Amino acid sequence: MTTAVAILVDGAIYASWLFLVALGLTLTFGVMKILNIAHGNFYAIGAYAAASAVGAYVAAGWEPAGVYLAMAGAAIVAGLILGYVLERGVLRFMYDREEILILLVTYAVFLILDDVMLLIWGAGAYDAYQPDVLLGTTTIATLPYPNYDLSLVAVAGVVGGGLWWALSRTERGKMLRAVIHDREMSTFLGIDVATVFTVTFSLGAVLGTIGGALTAPIISVQPGIGAQVIVLAFAVVVIGGMGSILGALVGSVAAGFAHAAAVHLFPQGELFVIYALMSLVLVMRPQGLFGQPPPRKI
Amino acid sequence: MIRGRYRNAWRVIARNAILGIAIAGAFSSSAWAERTIKLAIIGYISGAAAGSAGIPARDGAELVIDAINAGTLLGPYHSKGLAGARIDPLIIDEAGSTTQVVANYRTLVQQRHVNAVIGYQNSGNCLAVAPVAEELRALTIFSSCGTSRIFEGHSYHYVFRTAPMEIIGGVGAAHYIEKAYPQAKTYAGINQNYAWGQDSWHQFGASMKAIDPGAKAVVALWPKIFSGEYSAEISTLLIDKPAIIHSSFWGGDLTAFLTQAAARGLGKHSRLLLTLGEQNMFTTPKLIPNGSILAAEGADGYFARKTPLNNWFRAAYEKRYGTPPIYPSYQAADALLGLKAAYDKAEKKAHKFPTIAEVGKALTHLSYEGLGEKIDMALGEGHQAVTATALGTYEYDTKTGKPTMRKVVYFPAWCVNPPPGTKAVAWIEGGLKGAKCH
Repeated sequence: MTTAVAILVDGAIYASWLFLVALGLTLTFGVMKILNIAHGNFYAIGAYAAASAVGAYVAAGWEPAGVYLAMAGAAIVAGLILGYVLERGVLRFMYDREEILILLVTYAVFLILDDVMLLIWGAGAYDAYQPDVLLGTTTIATLPYPNYDLSLVAVAGVVGGGLWWALSRTERGKMLRAVIHDREMSTFLGIDVATVFTVTFSLGAVLGTIGGALTAPIISVQPGIGAQVIVLAFAVVVIGGMGSILGALVGSVAAGFAHAAAVHLFPQGELFVIYALMSLVLVMRPQGLFGQPPPRKI
Repeated sequence: MIRGRYRNAWRVIARNAILGIAIAGAFSSSAWAERTIKLAIIGYISGAAAGSAGIPARDGAELVIDAINAGTLLGPYHSKGLAGARIDPLIIDEAGSTTQVVANYRTLVQQRHVNAVIGYQNSGNCLAVAPVAEELRALTIFSSCGTSRIFEGHSYHYVFRTAPMEIIGGVGAAHYIEKAYPQAKTYAGINQNYAWGQDSWHQFGASMKAIDPGAKAVVALWPKIFSGEYSAEISTLLIDKPAIIHSSFWGGDLTAFLTQAAARGLGKHSRLLLTLGEQNMFTTPKLIPNGSILAAEGADGYFARKTPLNNWFRAAYEKRYGTPPIYPSYQAADALLGLKAAYDKAEKKAHKFPTIAEVGKALTHLSYEGLGEKIDMALGEGHQAVTATALGTYEYDTKTGKPTMRKVVYFPAWCVNPPPGTKAVAWIEGGLKGAKCH
């Protein structure tokens, strides 16, 4: 019984983390058809920015509860700057090129940003565990869980719900969905696709940095964390379907529970269970669970 | 007249003497300036292993190189340079695939013409580089990687390892539990799912079977290396509540695990056994639960004995880098001391500046002073070092804000290393026959 509850709770926590990390990646792909390898850098820079902010905030001795605002603020500012600069400074010159070339450009950006992070933060590790410890724990079926981890489930729900609302209930969201479905037709209808691209890429970057910032208190922030995350996020997005927000949610949940079940019931399988799931989905449905095959144009 | 002639002779002698001294000085200083040894230092300068292993190793190496070049080292290492030659270090990043690491090694030897190579922290890279080093006849000293397979079934002339084999971690830990916590009868493992983690767990489990057959393994968990998220693993350990939790985690994974375990009070239910835990002792002292068993790879870092050489190293390192040295710093420094000892010995024997082959011969079966321990190149036909190891029980003093160890136990080299000619794993599985622990 305890094991079953643990699988449910651990699976939900892991799924929330995966969802937060994968959301920006799938959004960028859905709108711009860019598989952004540099998304891992956004995650890492968000983690570094949050760790630096937490360190400075704690050192200043201010009200402890405000540390969460400091984390969020640092991540959002970092994401907005990164997203805007990269889209305006690099990617907008590449939109007429083949998708594979844009993929290579984002890989180049990934390598450059890795070195930029080394220049700014060095090779040492940053720890920012105070926000994790501050919230205490809750016991579920005899097992203590950090409230910080449990709150990730709520944060993922709010971020995912907010994005769903913005896309389906607001005018700008509908414009963005129109671009997702057909870029050319959207241009003919008078939608400023260039602005949509800038906003989308910046939003994707902010989602990436927020994912990193929320993870910073439970990990050691150091070089290399971005590369690890991009592989997992990619697997989740492929399971759910490239470019589908609902797919990212379902992919995260499926991967999260598969991972938790493997750890508790079959530890040797932990290494490959998510990738086995991805392979299974690709065999059954190559476009992913909620991905749409490209429409035929006559 | 005669007096005048003598005066002239003295002038000539004095002038020639001054000229001679000047020429000799010029020759000697040009010899010092010209005779340099290009030494490549390889380690993780970027990536996940940089902060906990690569950077401390590089810092330790640079400190000792500067002292060797300046001739300010203590004890048997007080002479300047390597057999008088200045070290010209070349710091190279180990990051990248094994194929890339091997290609970089070839470039260093064949195109940049380095005289010797020291370093490598990844066991896979050591295994791949060793045969290439032998093929190129390039003197190579592995200073950190731990796999016991390098010299098992292989005979090398140019490849050495001054660091101990990883086997001392598992065997030492099992001895320590039997000695300090004999009541602990259940144990679990959480180790990274790659060669290092798998070998560490296997060797620890086999050692426990040999030393305390009554103890039982309850679960072995295998998170992916660098996964960083251990919620489900910690839940499993909280459900099983083993007496001892063995982990060979290092770097960011170790810190992440400690952070998440501390938040859930894992240390209240089980005693953590962190075979590389010493590296976090000064960086995250509040995250390590009191009562955890910590070790380094050998009696290095915190466990290094207080010899004059170690006292100098520790003080100079802290002064230069603002933090105490941890075991990778010691391993890099010990490799350099081994190289210097070999160069100086070879020069003394050859009565001239030695060739690489002569240095290799001098290093084979060499016994030399490390920073804290004597290092014997006693295994692998004289190419593999054996050293003692040490473990202790961690305590964080909240009053002083300083971490410390109690119940520190040193295990002699031949207690935790297999006898010459015996394979490490076979030795453990055979019941640690021939171990000399007293």
